Amino acid sequence: MAPLFSRSWPLALRVSVQHARVFPLNFYFDQFVTGLASACSLFLVASGLSIIFGVTRIVNFAHGAFYMLGAYIGFTLTEQFSGAFGFWGAILLAAIVVAAIGTLIEIILLRRIYDAPELFQLLATFGVTLIVEDLALLIWGPNELLGPRAPGLKGAIDLFGLPFPTYDLLLIALGPLVLGLLWLLFRRTTWGVLVRAATQDREMVAALGVNQKWLFTSVFALGVFLAALGGALELPRQSANHTMDLQVITEVLVVVVIGGLGNVLGTFLAAIIVSELNAFGILVFPKISIVLVFLVMALVLIVRPWGLLGRAEAAARAAGGAAILRWRPLAARGRLAVVLALAVLALAPLAVGDYYLTVATEVLIFVLFAASLHFLIGAGGLVSFGHAAYFGLGSYGAALALKQFGLGMEAALIAGPLLGLAGAILFGWFCVRLSGVYFAMLTLAFAQIAWSVAYQWSDVTGGDNGLLGIWPSAWAAAPAHFYWLTLALVAAGIAALRMILFSPFGYSLRALRDSELRAEAIGLERRRIQWISFAIAGGFAALAGALYAFLKGSVFPDNLGIPLSIDGLVMVLLGGVDTVSGGIVGAALYRSLSIWIISHTDYSKLALGLLIVVLVVLFPKGVVGAFESWRARRAPRTGGESS
Amino acid sequence: MSILAVENLGKIYSGFEAVKGVSFALEAGEMLALIGPNGAGKSTCFNLINGQLAPTSGRIHIFGRSTHGMAPRDIGRLGVGRTFQITATFASMTVVENVQMALLAHHRRQWQWNRWAAHYYEEEAARLLALVGMADQAERSCGELAYGDLKRLELAIALANEPKLLLMDEPAAGMAPRERNALMSLTARIAQERTIGVLFTEHDMDVVFEHAQRILVLNRGVLIAEGAPAAVRANPEVQAVYLGAGALYEAKQ
Repeated sequence: MAPLFSRSWPLALRVSVQHARVFPLNFYFDQFVTGLASACSLFLVASGLSIIFGVTRIVNFAHGAFYMLGAYIGFTLTEQFSGAFGFWGAILLAAIVVAAIGTLIEIILLRRIYDAPELFQLLATFGVTLIVEDLALLIWGPNELLGPRAPGLKGAIDLFGLPFPTYDLLLIALGPLVLGLLWLLFRRTTWGVLVRAATQDREMVAALGVNQKWLFTSVFALGVFLAALGGALELPRQSANHTMDLQVITEVLVVVVIGGLGNVLGTFLAAIIVSELNAFGILVFPKISIVLVFLVMALVLIVRPWGLLGRAEAAARAAGGAAILRWRPLAARGRLAVVLALAVLALAPLAVGDYYLTVATEVLIFVLFAASLHFLIGAGGLVSFGHAAYFGLGSYGAALALKQFGLGMEAALIAGPLLGLAGAILFGWFCVRLSGVYFAMLTLAFAQIAWSVAYQWSDVTGGDNGLLGIWPSAWAAAPAHFYWLTLALVAAGIAALRMILFSPFGYSLRALRDSELRAEAIGLERRRIQWISFAIAGGFAALAGALYAFLKGSVFPDNLGIPLSIDGLVMVLLGGVDTVSGGIVGAALYRSLSIWIISHTDYSKLALGLLIVVLVVLFPKGVVGAFESWRARRAPRTGGESS
Repeated sequence: MSILAVENLGKIYSGFEAVKGVSFALEAGEMLALIGPNGAGKSTCFNLINGQLAPTSGRIHIFGRSTHGMAPRDIGRLGVGRTFQITATFASMTVVENVQMALLAHHRRQWQWNRWAAHYYEEEAARLLALVGMADQAERSCGELAYGDLKRLELAIALANEPKLLLMDEPAAGMAPRERNALMSLTARIAQERTIGVLFTEHDMDVVFEHAQRILVLNRGVLIAEGAPAAVRANPEVQAVYLGAGALYEAKQ
């Protein structure tokens, strides 16, 4: 890691020396204690996520939404009731109400999709998050809501000459209290024993005759209760707002991963570490404060691949006799259809106007982005939560080539992918050392680091203002011409990805996903093959990113943000992970629909969230998967095929 | 020279001595069984030889080369084939693709990216599948095979790298008695034809006495007997260890 950040260190150290002169010692102590208070909420939310994951193997993305709901409902209820009893009653009641909502969602939605491919549940909970965001906007309005102070705890005490809120002292005591209660719950009750058993081996617990359905539901309810309680308890400290869900979910994911998934004590320690990093990072390393937490997480994962107190993820037993679609290159008829489709797409500029051409260009770009991610997830089984990093690096690479080095569009379209490729080679080297959820989290961390660099290094990247005026060369400036350029590059990119997919290298990648044990036994080098695949996927994502920069004429840190990474996952999962063309179809469908929805309604998140939830329930194998299974059922003799 | 030579092998797991001073050798074309009651150290021995575990003491030579510090992958590349207690195959591929994949890896073609994998080693894969009697199922998806067929497919995969040593961890576990004998007869025949040395562990004594040319008996990490099936069966110490199984076997005679 040292060479990467060695340039930042001297700067950061200089800053720290300056600040050390400015702030007296008791200020640092104050900051430390404030960090401890923040850790309480973070721990509550994170332990909920950790418990849910441990038992149900769901990465509950909606956990942040439940945290936000806890704060909003807590706000409404504290308005209704007064007095100390009213305040605490309202906080508790808010958590119970949200837990009930969570239980309902689990019963109605998640129960239907526990058997769907891994991470499909993540998609569903992402849909729930979108819905909750817009509903909160509808119910509570767009403004931040300043919550009440806790009765009797409004004051502050003197802490080495600095005022310290008494409410924060309560929170500092509450964290260990909840930890103790959870410990008792898991060690001293039958239910707790079942939960721990299920965390280790849920098939075995099912085989013992435990009603898994209600175990899952109760665990989910407890997890959501903790999240909402965490949200409601924050009311006296910070206002309820609409960004708190995504803010907390990224922090919570970091906490859970540092602590070790499914380990409550580890979560507690990690919550303190992360809160203190936040509290001091802003003082000591203001330039890289956002990066700091993710940097620490990356370091922890490299040294301890399963978090501080976590253990290796128990591999879920593969369901025997599952009908798996066979991956095949396109047959003659399929190839003809592709040629026809390309011809129709190439002729589109003759028939439609500039607006639709621009939309089509955007959709094409995301088709390539999703295809590159699908290569990683579908063929490699490597679920990246941070694929936007390489898309964004492609965008910035192209924009910087144009702006800083005065190169033309043609050279920029090479420079962008090269930067993305370099990033993927660097980050990928670390990521392929991990697997499963930890791999996903490390990719997320690296994406977040890349985002922070783009956001904070404003001299070069323009920071929040981005880089503007990234326009194509004159010959490609007309919408139709840029559309053709995009179509040609995207088609070539996808053709190359498919070539690799069906080559010996692509087979090796799939072999490693299917059975690492067997793949190693026949002599395949796991890390090298996965590393190179990671780089290939990153390179093609970066090509998409470079095209996107020229389409929009600008580049912003959003190009590497978490929402874009999640969009990529949505597209791949909606299309179908276990199919060859899932990424392509999923991207075309999702991007077109989302552009259409955004232009037709003010509540686009609500509509999109509902759409995702419905699609998840209707097509648990993805749209392409559903189609191909249907075709296989019609012609049972050929078996299921995907091309 | 022996193709596999184990000298004074020992393994200690945090204070517990799972394998103590085990020495034996395996000759080309020989069927050698490693037996012992549960917890005797069979699996540990196996994993030490195939490189999954590192020994605490002792030496292992395969084809005259020390395997000290070698990863399972490197040991595989010496010409060692493996089958697993729980079958490990590539579930998303067809039967023939599984074998083609193994052949691709054996010929170091895994980095080839500009030609379809399906075009490589079609004939060789077909021959291997015919050898294990799976030719008619070549196009079936691996995920829909019966367990016995998966075991035969695994054998074909293991044979793809032209091994001279085959390590089979409980090859017949989970199979019906008739299937067990069929699989082991097949293995014995192939081993003889290709002069492959086979080391296998097995719980089913019928299978062991029927197919092994020589037997090693392990108990509490120590080798207590070694020799031809008849001699091992007559050994009082082995009978004491295998009271139940041995008595049953005698009764059936």
